[in-house]
Amino acid sequence: MAEPTSSALRRISWDARAFVMLAGMWVRVSWSYRTSFVMVTVASFVITAVDFLAILVMFSNVDRLGGFGLTDIAFLYGATSLCLGIADLVIGNIERLGQRIRTGTFDALMVRPVGVLVQVCADEFALRRVGRVAQGGLVFAWALVHVDVAWSAARVLVTVAMVVFGTLIFAGIYVLGASFQFLSSEGSEVANAFTYGGNAMTQYPLTIYPAEAVRAMTFVVPVAFVNWYPALFVLDRPDPFGLPSAFQLASPAAAVAVGLLAVVAWRGGVRRYRSTGS
Amino acid sequence: MGLIEVEHLSRTFTVRRRAGRVRRTTSVVQAVTDLSFGIDRGEMVGYIGPNGAGKSTTIKMLTGILVPTSGRLSVAGIDPSRARVDLTRRIGVVFGQRTTLWWDLPLRDSFDLLRRIYRVDTDRHRRNVAEFTELLDLGDLLDTPVRQLSLGQRMRGDIAAALLHDPDILYLDEPTIGLDVVSKGRLREFLRRVNQERQVTLLLTTHDLQDIEQLCRRVMVIDRGSLVYDGPLGGLHAQGSSTRTLVVDLVDEAGPIDVPGATVTKVDGPRQWLSFPADASAAPVVAAVAAAYDVADLSINEPAIEDVIREIYSRR
Repeated sequence: MAEPTSSALRRISWDARAFVMLAGMWVRVSWSYRTSFVMVTVASFVITAVDFLAILVMFSNVDRLGGFGLTDIAFLYGATSLCLGIADLVIGNIERLGQRIRTGTFDALMVRPVGVLVQVCADEFALRRVGRVAQGGLVFAWALVHVDVAWSAARVLVTVAMVVFGTLIFAGIYVLGASFQFLSSEGSEVANAFTYGGNAMTQYPLTIYPAEAVRAMTFVVPVAFVNWYPALFVLDRPDPFGLPSAFQLASPAAAVAVGLLAVVAWRGGVRRYRSTGS
Repeated sequence: MGLIEVEHLSRTFTVRRRAGRVRRTTSVVQAVTDLSFGIDRGEMVGYIGPNGAGKSTTIKMLTGILVPTSGRLSVAGIDPSRARVDLTRRIGVVFGQRTTLWWDLPLRDSFDLLRRIYRVDTDRHRRNVAEFTELLDLGDLLDTPVRQLSLGQRMRGDIAAALLHDPDILYLDEPTIGLDVVSKGRLREFLRRVNQERQVTLLLTTHDLQDIEQLCRRVMVIDRGSLVYDGPLGGLHAQGSSTRTLVVDLVDEAGPIDVPGATVTKVDGPRQWLSFPADASAAPVVAAVAAAYDVADLSINEPAIEDVIREIYSRR
């Protein structure tokens, strides 16, 4: 921020390389226990798949839910699950921050020449989390093929942006939640309520919720920008709550806002870090 | 300009305690108070003090882990809390109580990962690993996962790891804690070499005064957050109100003898122990005893450094 842009860029590119390097090494390590790796990954795939099955079962009895058909819901569901899956794969390890702080292993990360956030996320990187990505990705791919959309350049662009910025919104919430762990060890539960909770709520069209809940998901914890608003644009639906149509293209702005807040909170947390005794 | 410069450094911690069901009281604990010192390149400095005196807090501020509450800090020309990541390349840190290595990786892989993290060139890395492997006797351990190493083996691995990127400064927080005598000796020998041959500046905290006696010309004593002594180890004697002891063997048993400038602390048959201030000359005491009594033998005991330090800690 205060430092010149070029050195900030250099640091970001170095941090990205360091992430790949550290994560890559942990993938190799986990690959030496491949049976257990495969089992855990398959289990996580199956567990997440079960909740889409619930939606399929529901649609064997009804045609529409909250005014949306099965393919529309698969589009919403796939998008939010894919976004959460990618964010969880890359950043999810951050939930172990509290444990690191308590056991004092966080100190060791602070004396290495890689950003601590990168190290917290990449250290002991768990590739098994691809199970969720695979499940979300499959549903999303199926939805893309079957959804009733007149594809145009703008709609393709918004769809791609939806995945990118949706992932960033979840990632930002993860980091924000983790920052509270510098103050209280219960921070990770709070973050989970917003990440997994936000994911669970955005799997359905928001029309099934009261207007107040939708406002909270727009203005407080902006998970509605992950998939709901861009999906309204792609599916060419008017906003059922009468909110400005500009929101449908505002996901990047929401992601930037959450991201900036997350960076500030994280830096504040690190500066307030108290370490453990001795 | 010193390699490490510390001016009026303070750090407080706010501690919240529950008082009653909901109410909480906040109290401010002063961990380090108005600390000032400088360390030059190539020094080996011992940093000692009782538990909770502020040793680790100081080291953590010098590494950038903790942000000071007030005061100025400069390590290798860098302000640790502002440019912590830049500083990491110039320093090595060993926490005696816990490892900085990866628990599940063999030492060799940990070293290789550190090489890439610190971007040390391959030749340099290979030479360093070869040298440390020989000096620290790591040959058989390189392929063992860290979690299977004994405490002493792990400590050797940790120290090698902390030096692989050729830091200017090595901080060691209780490096010999829990090690046996032989391991301690080997470790000290290695640290002395690193200091002499690589010009690495060492700052070590310890509870084992032999570490200091064998390694450090200079010692800093911290107590309750304040520096109470900074100077050569020998000078500590003058610091304390420590005493020397004159042991007198009389020809005949007698009651406590009366000598100006000294007091009898113990009598055992013909042998008597007289204590007198460490900074006073022994000559007049010896002369007075010899003049007044028939003396079979005399000896003078210097205060042990442990006693001096215990005395400094217990003051106030």
